[in-house]
Amino acid sequence: MSSAPVEKVDVQPVNKKENRSLYVKRKKIHPKKATGTFRQLKWIIMGITLAIYYVTPWIRWDRPGGAPDQAVMIDLEHNRFYFFFIELWPQEVYYITGILIVAALSLFLVTSLFGRAWCGYSCPQTVWTDLFIFVERAIEGDRNARLRLDKAPMSFDKIRKRVSKHIIWLLIGLFTGGAWVFYFADAPTLLQDLVYFDARPIAYTTIAVLTATTYVFGGMMREQVCTYMCPWPRIQGAMIDEESLSVTYHEKRGEPRGPHKKDDSWEGRGHCIDCNQCVAVCPMGIDIRDGAQLECITCALCIDACDSVMEKIGLPKGLISYDTYTGQKTAEPIKKLNVRFIRPRTIAYAALLCVVGSIMLFTLLTRSELDVNVIRDRNPLFVQLSDGTIRNGYTVKILNKLHETRRYQIQVEGLETSNIWLQTEGPRNHDMIVRVPGDAVSAVKLFIAVDPEVMGDESSLDLDIVIKDIVTGKTDSQETTFKGPR
Amino acid sequence: MSKVEKDEVSGTETTGHEWDGIKELDTPMPRWWLWTFYATIIWSIGYWVVYPAWPMISDYTAGTFGYSSRSEVEQEIAEVEASRSEITDALVTADLSEVKNNEELYQFALAGGRSHFAVNCSQCHGSGAQGGPGFPNLNDDDWLWGGSVDAIYQTVKFGIRSDHEETRTGEMPAFLRDEILEKEQVLDVAEYVLSLSQEGRDGEAVARGQEIYANECAACHGENAKGSYELGAPNLTDAIWFYGGDKETIVRTIANGRANVMPAWTDRLDDSVVRQISLYVHSLGGGE
Ligand code: SF4
Ligand code: SF4
Repeated sequence: MSSAPVEKVDVQPVNKKENRSLYVKRKKIHPKKATGTFRQLKWIIMGITLAIYYVTPWIRWDRPGGAPDQAVMIDLEHNRFYFFFIELWPQEVYYITGILIVAALSLFLVTSLFGRAWCGYSCPQTVWTDLFIFVERAIEGDRNARLRLDKAPMSFDKIRKRVSKHIIWLLIGLFTGGAWVFYFADAPTLLQDLVYFDARPIAYTTIAVLTATTYVFGGMMREQVCTYMCPWPRIQGAMIDEESLSVTYHEKRGEPRGPHKKDDSWEGRGHCIDCNQCVAVCPMGIDIRDGAQLECITCALCIDACDSVMEKIGLPKGLISYDTYTGQKTAEPIKKLNVRFIRPRTIAYAALLCVVGSIMLFTLLTRSELDVNVIRDRNPLFVQLSDGTIRNGYTVKILNKLHETRRYQIQVEGLETSNIWLQTEGPRNHDMIVRVPGDAVSAVKLFIAVDPEVMGDESSLDLDIVIKDIVTGKTDSQETTFKGPR
Repeated sequence: MSKVEKDEVSGTETTGHEWDGIKELDTPMPRWWLWTFYATIIWSIGYWVVYPAWPMISDYTAGTFGYSSRSEVEQEIAEVEASRSEITDALVTADLSEVKNNEELYQFALAGGRSHFAVNCSQCHGSGAQGGPGFPNLNDDDWLWGGSVDAIYQTVKFGIRSDHEETRTGEMPAFLRDEILEKEQVLDVAEYVLSLSQEGRDGEAVARGQEIYANECAACHGENAKGSYELGAPNLTDAIWFYGGDKETIVRTIANGRANVMPAWTDRLDDSVVRQISLYVHSLGGGE
């Protein structure tokens, strides 16, 4: 067997239970650089997620009228949410609720399949921390160099490295906060305003707050956010079962561990050479060989580290690998991964996901560009007119979601009326046409008078108020009631 | 001094307090917390000097900034009024019956009228302007003094039987109390009045009452009892009653007379506000 020397790292997993006293300050973690498949995958995902975040506000999307030409924009001032071809009004926030439900269900599904894949790869905290560590490594060097620098006395070189690291971190924070505000305004205009100090104070405040949180969370707090602040690690225990994948150390194969010299026999001992490489790369400061731990974000960097060790000493990879709890129990020391992806739990999550997704898609495709809301006057409930008829007042709100002015006719159905008129048109005017400007809501006051004979002994009657687009003939209606004295 | 006890695990002194075997550690405040605390103390001293802070016997320390929330409110109100002056000026000079054709002005007047009505008028007429016995319902289409927007404006501005010299006046005499009519006659007139809007009243009494009506009442309420806007005499033939439409109430009205008062608002409110209220009342659904 050929094997190359493997450096044993002198490292303490700071988050190991025995090492973590409640009474001491957090010890700094200096994760060592890992190389391998998963590290590669993480770089790619980091690139994609960051690109989505920074680029999205700059995608243009032509919209008619005064609507913003930005593909994704949250227009708080005018209460609109734009997402490519979708334009949401405030009363449609249930779509946002829907998106949140879909997001939650997707997270459940992914977690039940792949464990904490979200945490390890695409959680913003992970992505930005990774980015911050990348910067740190580029400036101060890898683990050993950083440890040395920490211990080194103040010197010009140390100050230079520290200052430039923090400046770059702050810049990343600044761009993070900066990118966020672009989602809330026309990006090119806002950028110009920001540069000329012309933008609104709230924009600067938001940027300042997000710069600070990115800098503090990504640069200073790192794993502590995941360990102490994030509720998700606590919740996901409920999503995971014996068939979910997670990063595991194969005890049967690895133990008993111990240093191994070249050409020694592997008989009677485990494959773990106790080189601590897996501990050194862990950004969470834990030792995966202690078993599943709350702190582990399944970033798989320890897999990469151990795999390269195995390669060097000429053993098969996978001493640390993605595996399921069942797989662990039945593990042969060296074996093929065998995961049941289709299980009641995943079927349930996937089915729910499909249901919610189709409901959203359906409502989105059939949503009308016209909407009517009727509010009946309650004060007074009804009025008696001099000719004895009973009159009710209604406020009719017509929403025109199109970007051009429309004319709508108001009709009353299901009730024998004596008189109908609009407040603005004056009494006894039956030509009930309302003009609604594009992308706006118009409220008109409608009066309906009914003969007491029609009311009979009823204290209230049902009716429909129907709005008809004069050009297209499209209608929308709302049911309401007519109240009388009895 | 009592002996200081140290906690074994943390090495921190305890406060000596113990509950159910649990001892409280005498952990000092975090430094950042203390510094924040000191900073707030320093800040508060500056605050006492700069802002009004200390109550005196009959006054308070005004602070070097001369700040008061009242002056701030006054300033804000003045600003709002200034920003609205253009539209309120336009309203004051506008022809009231034409305002409806000016969408912006009309909506402004209705919105303003609604809130001014709530502040000044709702005490008598009700928050929905629905009135009550003796206080006209402003939503219906029956008017004592006229329901055109100009007539309403006139009423709001100068009031009814108010102390303004241009007030509208008109009075329902007390026919029984002032001994103009006998008790029987009052009952007969009431019966006649009821017959104007109700079928099947006592025919003989109606006939007697009609005669008395022609002599005593027609001068104000009109020969056909349709009422008069000039005198504020109500229409007696419709379905709406000012004080109540049962016989007892009508008899009481005839016997004792009526003379309700509405204040003149011109001395208390801006002309623009009076106009907003008038337009709002007119818009309630019964305006002529
Ligand atoms: S134990 Fe491995 S997978 Fe878990 S956080 Fe550490 S390096 Fe990542
Ligand atoms: S598990 Fe792998 S990386 Fe970790 S100490 Fe053992 S051999 Fe080294």
